[in-house]
Amino acid sequence: MNEDLSHMEVEQQEPGSFRLIFTLGFAGFLSGLILVSAYLFTLPYINQNKADALQKAVFEVLPGTRSFQTLVLVEGKLVQMNSDPGDQPVIYQGFDSLNKSTGFAVPGAIAGFQDIISGIYGFDPVQQQIIGFRVLDSKETPGLGDKIYKDASFAENFIALQASSDLEPVKPGQKTLDHQVETITGATISSKAVVNLLNNSLNQWRGPIEGYMNNLSSTNK
Amino acid sequence: MNELIWIFISALLVNNFTLSLFLGLCPFLGVTQKLETAFRLGLANIFVMVITALASYALNTWVLIYAPYLRLISFIIVIASSVQFVEMAIKKLSPELFKALGIFLPLITTNCAILGLALFSTNKGYGFVEGLVYALGAGGGVTLALVLLASVREETRLSNIPKLIEGTALNLIIAGIISMAFMGFAGLFGSH
Amino acid sequence: MSEEANIEEAGKEFLKGLWKENPVFVAVLGMCPALAVTNSAINALAMGVATMFVLICSSILVSLLRNAIPKQVRITAYIVIIATFVSVIDFFLAAFTPEIHKELGAFIALIVVNCLILGRQESFASKNRPFLAFLDAAGMSSGFTIALLSIGIIREILGSGSLFGFSLFGASFEPWVVMILPPGGFFTLGFLLLFFNWYIQRRNKRNALIAKSEV
Repeated sequence: MNEDLSHMEVEQQEPGSFRLIFTLGFAGFLSGLILVSAYLFTLPYINQNKADALQKAVFEVLPGTRSFQTLVLVEGKLVQMNSDPGDQPVIYQGFDSLNKSTGFAVPGAIAGFQDIISGIYGFDPVQQQIIGFRVLDSKETPGLGDKIYKDASFAENFIALQASSDLEPVKPGQKTLDHQVETITGATISSKAVVNLLNNSLNQWRGPIEGYMNNLSSTNK
Repeated sequence: MNELIWIFISALLVNNFTLSLFLGLCPFLGVTQKLETAFRLGLANIFVMVITALASYALNTWVLIYAPYLRLISFIIVIASSVQFVEMAIKKLSPELFKALGIFLPLITTNCAILGLALFSTNKGYGFVEGLVYALGAGGGVTLALVLLASVREETRLSNIPKLIEGTALNLIIAGIISMAFMGFAGLFGSH
Repeated sequence: MSEEANIEEAGKEFLKGLWKENPVFVAVLGMCPALAVTNSAINALAMGVATMFVLICSSILVSLLRNAIPKQVRITAYIVIIATFVSVIDFFLAAFTPEIHKELGAFIALIVVNCLILGRQESFASKNRPFLAFLDAAGMSSGFTIALLSIGIIREILGSGSLFGFSLFGASFEPWVVMILPPGGFFTLGFLLLFFNWYIQRRNKRNALIAKSEV
C-alpha cells in the first residue's frame, strides 16, 4: 500500500524537462543495450540460416552440385563475388565433386495470381537446358495456385527443359516439343507466371552466362 | 511503369491492407458507423501513409544500413513524431484541412496499417518511387474498405437485425463477405 | 492482508484474462494478429507465445519502473520498452525457428502496435506491483493465446483438413479453402463472437431469473 501512495505523490509533482529527457534517455540506453546484445547473439544463427537456405536451393536445382560460387553482374559481365553482394543481381555457379561446372542457379521473381512469386532455377548453358526449378516464396491460393510448388508433375517439366528459345506454356497433357511446359489445371495463371519468370530471366542472363563461359574456356586454352 | 501499376493495384485491391492483410482493423470496426467519417478517416490514412513512406525511406537509406536492429523502434518513433510535426504544420497553414483530418491524425499514427506499410515496403525492398506508389495504393485500399463497410453499416441500421448479432460480430461477417468479393481481384495482373 | 486473501487476489488477476476479460473475445483487442496469422494452429500458437513473451517482459519492466517514469513521457517510454522486446523476440525467432519466422513475417514486428500490450501497461502494470503485473500479463496473454489457438484450430481443420500439420480426414476430404484465406478469418471470429454474445446473454438471463426467484 505504501508503494501506491508514493506513486500518487510522484504524479502530483510537476517534473522538470531535465527529468523527462533523462528518463527517456535512460529508457533508450537500456533498450539499446538489450537490443544490441540480442542482435549480436542471434546474428550468426540468422546468417547461418540464410546461408543454409541458399545452399539447399542451389543444390536442389543443380543436381550433383557439391559447392558453388556467387557471380555478380558488373557492366554486363559476370564476375566472382566474395564479399556481400548487397542489392546487386547475383547468380550462382555450381560445381560437382570433381570441380566441374554443373550449371548456373538463377533466382528471379514475377507477379503471380496473388502476389510476387520468387523462385530459383538451374540452367545448363552447354545443353541449353533448364535442369531444375524451385519456388522460394509465394502466396498463391492454397489448393490451387500453390500446386506450382506442391505438384510433382509440374516440377517434372523442369528436369530437362529445352531453353535455347522462349518456353511455351501448353495445356496439361499436350506437350509435344522439348521447350513446352505443361500448365496446371486450376492454376493456369500461376503456372504461366512461372513460365514468364523463366523466359524473362533467361533473356536477361543468357548473354552474360555465355560470355562468362566463353571467357573461361579461352583463358583455359 | 508496368511494375508501378502492379504495385498500386496489388496494394489497392488484390492485397488490400484491411481486407486481406487485416491491418488497421481497429478504426475499420470502430469508426465506420457513418460514411462521412469513414471517408475522412480514409483520407487521413492516405496522408499519414505518404508521410510514413517518406520517413521510412529516409530511415532505411541513411540510418538503418548502419544499425538494422533499430528498425522497429526508429520506425515507430520517427513515424509518430513526423506525423505530429506535420499535424502542427497543417494547423498553422491550412485550418480547413486540419478540421477535416485533424482529430484522426493522432488516432491512426499507432495503427498497425501505418507500421505495416513501413515494414512491408522495407521487406519488399521498394525504392523511393515504388514506396510512394505502394503507400498511395495501400492508403486508397484502406479508404475503399472503410467506405464500403460504412455504407453497408448505414444500411443495416435501417433494417431489422437480431439483437444477438449486432455489433462487432455482424461487422466481421460483413467484412468477411466484402473480403470474399475482393478475392475476385486476384490474378488481375498475373498473365501479362 | 492475510496470506489466503493474497493468493486468492493473485489468482483472480491471472484468471480474469482467460475468460471474463478475454482480450479477443470480450474486449475485442489485438484483432490484427488474431486474424492475420491464424490460418494454421501452429502459426497461431507461435504468435500467442511471442505476444506472451513481450507482454510479460514489458509488464514487469514497466511495473518496476512505475515510480521512475514521469507521467508526461510514459507512453513514449512504454512504446520504447515494448518495441525493444518485440525486436528481441523477432531476432530469436529468426535465429532458431526460421520456418515460423518466414510464415509470420512482418506480423511479429506488428506485435508492437497490438493495443492489448500498450493497454495493459497503461491500465495495470504502471499501477501495480511487479508480481501482480506479471500475473495480469500472464493471464491476459494466455487468454490471447487461447483465443488465437481456437481460431487457428477451427480454420485449419476446416480449411486444410488437418491439425498442427497432421491430416485428419484422409484424402477424400475436400478442404474448405476459403477458411484459411482472409475471408475465413473474418467469418471465424465473427461467429465466435456471436457464440460469446449468445453465451453472455443466456448467462445474464439466468442470473436475472435467479435474482427474481430469490426476491
